[in-house]
Amino acid sequence: MSAERLSREVAALYDNNPANIIAMLQEMQNRNKNRYLPRPELEALAACLAVPVAKVYRIATFFKAFNLEPKGEHMVSLCVGTACHVRGAAKILTALEGELGIADGGTTSDLKFSIETVNCVGACALGPVAVINEEYFGELEAEMLPEILNRFR
Amino acid sequence: MKKIENAAQLEAYRSQCAAERDPDRAMIAVCTGTGCQAHGCDKVVDLMRAELKSAGLADKVEVKTTGCHGYCEKGPLAVVRPEGILYQRVKEKNVADIVSQTIAKGEVLDKLLFFDPTTKERIKLEKDVPFYKLQERLVFGDNGYIDPTSIEDYLAIGGYKALQKALTEMTPDQVLAEVSEAGLRGRGGGGFATGRKWESAKKVAGEIKYVICNADEGDPGAYMDRSLLEGNPHAIVEGMMIGAFTIGATDGYVYVRNEYPQAVRNLQCAINRARELGLLGDNILGSGFNFDIHISKGGGAFVCGESSALIASIEGEVGEPRAKHIHMAESGLWGKPTVLNNVETWANVPLIINRGAAWYRGIGTAGSTGTKIFSLVGKVKNTGLVEVPMGISLRKIIFDIGGGITKNRAFKAVQTGGPSGGCIPEAHLDMPVDFDALTELGSMMGSGGMIVMDDQTCMVDVAKYFVAFLKGESCGKCTTCREGLQRMHEILVKITEGKGTMADLALLEEMAPVIQQGSMCGLGKTAPNPVLSTLRYFRDEYLAHINDKQCPAGVCKALMAS
Amino acid sequence: MIAITINGKKSEVERGTTILAAAAALNIKIPTLCNHELLEPYGACRLCLVEISDGDWSTVTTSCNYPITRPLVVETQSAAAVKARRMVLEMLIARCNTSPELNRLAAEHGLETSRFELRYDDCILCGQCERVCREVVGANAITFAQRGVDRVVVPPFGEEAEQCIGCGACVYVCPTGAIQIQEDGDRKIIDRWSRVLDLKYCSACGVEIAPVFQCDYFRKKADLPEDFFDLCRDCRVTQR
Repeated sequence: MSAERLSREVAALYDNNPANIIAMLQEMQNRNKNRYLPRPELEALAACLAVPVAKVYRIATFFKAFNLEPKGEHMVSLCVGTACHVRGAAKILTALEGELGIADGGTTSDLKFSIETVNCVGACALGPVAVINEEYFGELEAEMLPEILNRFR
Repeated sequence: MKKIENAAQLEAYRSQCAAERDPDRAMIAVCTGTGCQAHGCDKVVDLMRAELKSAGLADKVEVKTTGCHGYCEKGPLAVVRPEGILYQRVKEKNVADIVSQTIAKGEVLDKLLFFDPTTKERIKLEKDVPFYKLQERLVFGDNGYIDPTSIEDYLAIGGYKALQKALTEMTPDQVLAEVSEAGLRGRGGGGFATGRKWESAKKVAGEIKYVICNADEGDPGAYMDRSLLEGNPHAIVEGMMIGAFTIGATDGYVYVRNEYPQAVRNLQCAINRARELGLLGDNILGSGFNFDIHISKGGGAFVCGESSALIASIEGEVGEPRAKHIHMAESGLWGKPTVLNNVETWANVPLIINRGAAWYRGIGTAGSTGTKIFSLVGKVKNTGLVEVPMGISLRKIIFDIGGGITKNRAFKAVQTGGPSGGCIPEAHLDMPVDFDALTELGSMMGSGGMIVMDDQTCMVDVAKYFVAFLKGESCGKCTTCREGLQRMHEILVKITEGKGTMADLALLEEMAPVIQQGSMCGLGKTAPNPVLSTLRYFRDEYLAHINDKQCPAGVCKALMAS
Repeated sequence: MIAITINGKKSEVERGTTILAAAAALNIKIPTLCNHELLEPYGACRLCLVEISDGDWSTVTTSCNYPITRPLVVETQSAAAVKARRMVLEMLIARCNTSPELNRLAAEHGLETSRFELRYDDCILCGQCERVCREVVGANAITFAQRGVDRVVVPPFGEEAEQCIGCGACVYVCPTGAIQIQEDGDRKIIDRWSRVLDLKYCSACGVEIAPVFQCDYFRKKADLPEDFFDLCRDCRVTQR
């Protein structure tokens, strides 16, 4: 679908009202295979709503939920909330980064995996915890990572 | 379903719902909160239903999928009613036994009961388990009884009675008086008197006013609001409606974190069902009151918990706080009078209207009435959500309800109030927990995160963690917050690497008040708290890092003996 | 009118006047790096901190965006105010160590150097450029992006500012001189925004008028005839 058509369609879902721009961007990103917002789509949405591209760009870079670069097929979201932190999430992150060869926020070159750190997924009893494709992996230890990741490889 | 047009029809429908739900009927209430889902409760539920069906019991026993019960440590949780037997750590392999033994024959499965490590006894009933016994689950308790997607379940336990009472028996002034009299204070962090907030917005003349529910629960290690939204969304809807009726608002917004998809789904479902029944919309219960609720999903920014940033975000702008010299009660969302309360605050409102201010005041302390839900996490045995009367001591929460420290290690500190709260040491564990006492200790109530730390936690590392968090979540507008936090972090990194000096410590203390005074919004104004409170109570740990080049807790890698 | 006392000088101001404006009217200068008379108060640099009090109550606050709604006593040189401003400057000169304007202000506050690790950025994120472009010019060519320590002012996508008309307003308001505009032959260049603009010359006398893109922008905005900017102002008058 062209960026223009996509943005028209998404904008219409939210009454073409620029106040709903955050919801529109979420919708556009959810529809994207690599869960990101390509530049042409941001420009098309701005045109469609008659707001400056600068404004759309500002919003898209301010909120953590938006990606301007393509993300991997499997998003590994590692919780680094306080409960997970005191239970050693930092060690898990180091191990995870080593295992996938990418840093926090990065994506593997084959677009298979991305790593992101999140502030509390509300599963503190399981800490340290990671979420991959809405599936929770709790009580993590560094040694468990290869096996878990292999399921998605 | 025909729309409900007046109080009599609502009453009739409620009775019908209650009649269809005999409380003495057998039921297995399975917790499907996030913690239990992560433990695989969905499969347990499916299997349980299949097992009951093949045993020919499907018509007699209902499997109810409920929101979070709170005892996340022991999930998946299943409560067999009407007896109230608590089965914990229920795995798929246990399901057949539960059906064939407990359901069919009434025999209790000992191995699934809670084992009390102190008395060495198995405890049969949910209400007798120490974790629950000391709680007072006024707001959170209904989670274990209702399917959050069923408005009928909510009605059957007396749902929308407070709304009915407010709309048909009370004037807005009377509702306001009740809420003020109850002494309800904001559960989101500030602890501001809810009644006063409502009164200011009510006083301002205007056709258009708004109520907002702040569900942007951003504190890491806190998930009370999530569990309420997921487990009992109608209580929040009802609370907002009562608030809107009081101040004269026609629209409400719930600003929910993007990371909580299930909360959004359940809340949307609740709103839709309320609309279908005519409980949201025009001329609600024939009272002439019009009101509707909309959901606004956040984009992932902690600073949006700050009211002015939250409003900017609903208006479709970046979540950058604005100077608050004019109160929201006069000029809030789209410049209109607005009342903003957090999830738990709204959920308290129906209780107050139903049972009265005098009753409510009887719970808690004089300055902090009612209960508070805490998210008890970290190095504590019983991780979970606990609802306790205000004024209970921290020690009771951590040791009696929480069961003490994991692996029986030594307690070091409990951190309350979210990232900009503070760390409280052993010496103050007997302080009663209320808004003012926690502030006095250099921490705060915040939204209710309570992170327990043991002797293997380094307090300098904890301060560094929170400053790093806040540095990443600052909007970046104010020099004091953006540059200040970055520099505080640099200094803390230096100290944890053994490169810190006493001059660094002095600089931290010199910067802190300027960051507090000089920043525009609450994030910056409270950001130095983690540093200040750890310096206040754990200064010796800083000194060990600086002078002895040692990390007493053995956390800071650079200082580990090689 | 509301009574206000600043550094011991009494005056009366209209409700809603900012402390900064009230002080200026009394010839009391409060340093600021993000305030401009053409722009809405923003309160980003935090340099205009002053101490205000009302009876027993006192606090340190920014003066640029604080509307006076009740009688107040303001001290711009109290120990607390000066200490706070000095710390703000210490943070700013650590960020932009080579800015002459910042170093001048720091010296005024008795500050020689910063105890923080020095960096050499040239932008203090006061946002005057972004605000003048949005609020006054209406071109919206540049914007704040990212947040927290990563916050920057950039053209969308960090590439050429395609909406920039080359008016130079951002260059004019920038307190640190971080934005420069250059002419290179028949082009105007703003390096910071990766913007290169072709210039338009008067078809009669050949004098430089403005960038082509700017002429088109104003022509559309003011609904002027297609050939309006073919001539410079002088030639337009003589030919009329």
